[in-house]
Amino acid sequence: MATILEAAGLRKRYGSVQAVDGVSLAIEEGTCLGILGPNGAGKTTTIEMMEGILAPDEGTVTFRGEPIGREFKRKVGIQFQTTALPEFITVRETLKLFSSFYPSPRPFDEVVDLCSLSDILDRDNRKLSGGQRQRMLLALAIAPRPDVVFLDEPTTGLDPQARRNFWDLVRGIQAEKTTVVLTTHYMDEAQTLCDEVAIMDRGRILERGNPSRLLARHFRGALVRIPRGCVDGDRVPGKLVADHLEIQSENLDKTMRELLAAGVNLEGLSIHKPDLEDLFIELTGSSLRN
Amino acid sequence: MKQFRTMVYARTMEFVRDRGTFFWNLLFPVLLVFGFSFAFSGEGQPLFKVGVLGSPPAALESPASFLAIEQGRFIVYGPEESREAVLDRLRRHELDMVLDPGSRSYYLNVQGRNASLLRRLAAADPGLREYVERTVTGAPIRYVDWLVPGVIGMNIMFSCLFGVGFVLVRYRKNGVLKRLKATPVSAAAFVTAQAVSRFLIVILTSVVVFAGTNAFLRFRMEGSWAALLAIAALGIVSMEALGLVFAARLRSEELVNGLMNLATLPMLALSGVFFSLEGSPDILKSVSRALPLTHAIGAARAVMLEGAGFGRIAPDLLFLGIFSAAALALASALFRWE
Ligand SMILES: Nc1ncnc2c1ncn2[C@@H]1O[C@H](COP(=O)(O)OP(=O)(O)OP(=O)(O)O)[C@@H](O)[C@H]1O
Ligand SMILES: [Mg+2]
Repeated sequence: MATILEAAGLRKRYGSVQAVDGVSLAIEEGTCLGILGPNGAGKTTTIEMMEGILAPDEGTVTFRGEPIGREFKRKVGIQFQTTALPEFITVRETLKLFSSFYPSPRPFDEVVDLCSLSDILDRDNRKLSGGQRQRMLLALAIAPRPDVVFLDEPTTGLDPQARRNFWDLVRGIQAEKTTVVLTTHYMDEAQTLCDEVAIMDRGRILERGNPSRLLARHFRGALVRIPRGCVDGDRVPGKLVADHLEIQSENLDKTMRELLAAGVNLEGLSIHKPDLEDLFIELTGSSLRN
Repeated sequence: MKQFRTMVYARTMEFVRDRGTFFWNLLFPVLLVFGFSFAFSGEGQPLFKVGVLGSPPAALESPASFLAIEQGRFIVYGPEESREAVLDRLRRHELDMVLDPGSRSYYLNVQGRNASLLRRLAAADPGLREYVERTVTGAPIRYVDWLVPGVIGMNIMFSCLFGVGFVLVRYRKNGVLKRLKATPVSAAAFVTAQAVSRFLIVILTSVVVFAGTNAFLRFRMEGSWAALLAIAALGIVSMEALGLVFAARLRSEELVNGLMNLATLPMLALSGVFFSLEGSPDILKSVSRALPLTHAIGAARAVMLEGAGFGRIAPDLLFLGIFSAAALALASALFRWE
């Protein structure tokens, strides 16, 4: 597979904040990359530089080997984290307007169908609910039938059903070989949709790779968690995470026996298969930060 | 092309559905025209003015002459004023009578308010015994005839400056422009679509306002509609271009609002919207001549009131054209999406 989009050494500074501090990413055609990271990590800044919306202080972005420019704009679909829509015009008109900008847009009815817009087509943009608006913005991103779609927190504000629909939609456009770059705060979403995730914090990429392989690299076996109150002192190996003690265990039998031997009250114990959220917390230490 | 049409359509719908702005653009000038026509419908000044071609005969300066009575006023026109030009003033009711001692005749406008009075006075005046009466015709110019080009010009100014300039700044501030920047649309195409939409709206509202008030007030119209439309079109383009200069990169609606008020106030005062600048200091007149609205309104008045043709208004049209081109060049050099 070929690299479709490549960012090299991106940096962006706002006053005293180094929002992005040397990010390099190569994205394979047809894959889905998820950028994860705590608030203010620099995700939006990074993808806006990759979209060509924001000029980087340093670094370059290339699309199929060429620096991004006019041609690139015809090939990308973008959903910003926050966008205003023209006022006083309806969803239908907005969609037609944006579709008219592109050489071979997706048929109107198809977009309406994919993003479940049929009920709100004649509604004024200003009168959409948060989730309806989100679906509308998504429609604007996929209407151009782009080669690359950037989605900045596309499911924030969606109800669980709409979120599942969104997942189906992303899988659908992936089947058409569309490359997807998305940011999200939902780890289950990243795990289901993304072929690769990049975990960012303070403007840098901490880890990047396939979710399962990343988990395999960072965790062995299962995570055993015991509420902090049930353990006393350092008689048990493990580390304190938030309000509980967490033990990585490759052999649950053995761990249980050790815990019982140490006289730990197993009442509140839970066993957990490590997921991206655990990795996220481990890497960014976000619950401990601030 | 389709993209362009869709953009023009979207912007136009945005305007039409914004009911408040829409009706304000139509209603405001109509109210002004009717209001002023009502306020100034009473009789004008009581004195009559007599224009004299060349030097006045001595007999007229004697106290026995009717021209010596209080309300009368002489205006002596030197040789640089042609007879026809002075007679035109009589036709437009700027003068009530013209004396031509050279040909021993006096002229009256048969439609003049004071014509029959002046005829009797002249007949009784020993100094004019040998004079023959000649007449011209011409309907009086009411203030509202003079005012209507000003009000429509003012409406064009507001509608273009705020409709193009202010809206663009709002788009920039709330992120609509950023969203458009992410599409293949060029800034030039987008801005042109905005301007074309506004052009259509403004030319249409101007025609509606004019026709609507004309139905009741029957304005004086001496010249051609084509000339009037040409002036309106160039006036609109020049005001839009000015609006684009303001909107090229500002992000703050408050700031652009302030700047536009700063620009519109002098134009309101110095472009002769509500009152003529004749007789004001030269410095004000030269400032006035540098304002595009002055040329648009002045040319429209010349066409409507004096029947000026394209030849006479060409300098004004040229000024508007050059002003627009310069402003557009400046705006496109300054323009930023964000
Ligand atoms: N226009 C700007 N001016 C000044 N600082 C900015 C600007 N945009 C972003 N920043 C700063 O840059 C840093 C990174 O912001 P960014 O929006 O990229 O974060 P993010 O990872 O997208 O966060 P979130 O998850 O909250 O959306 C933050 O500290 C933010 O305050
Ligand atoms: Mg963000």
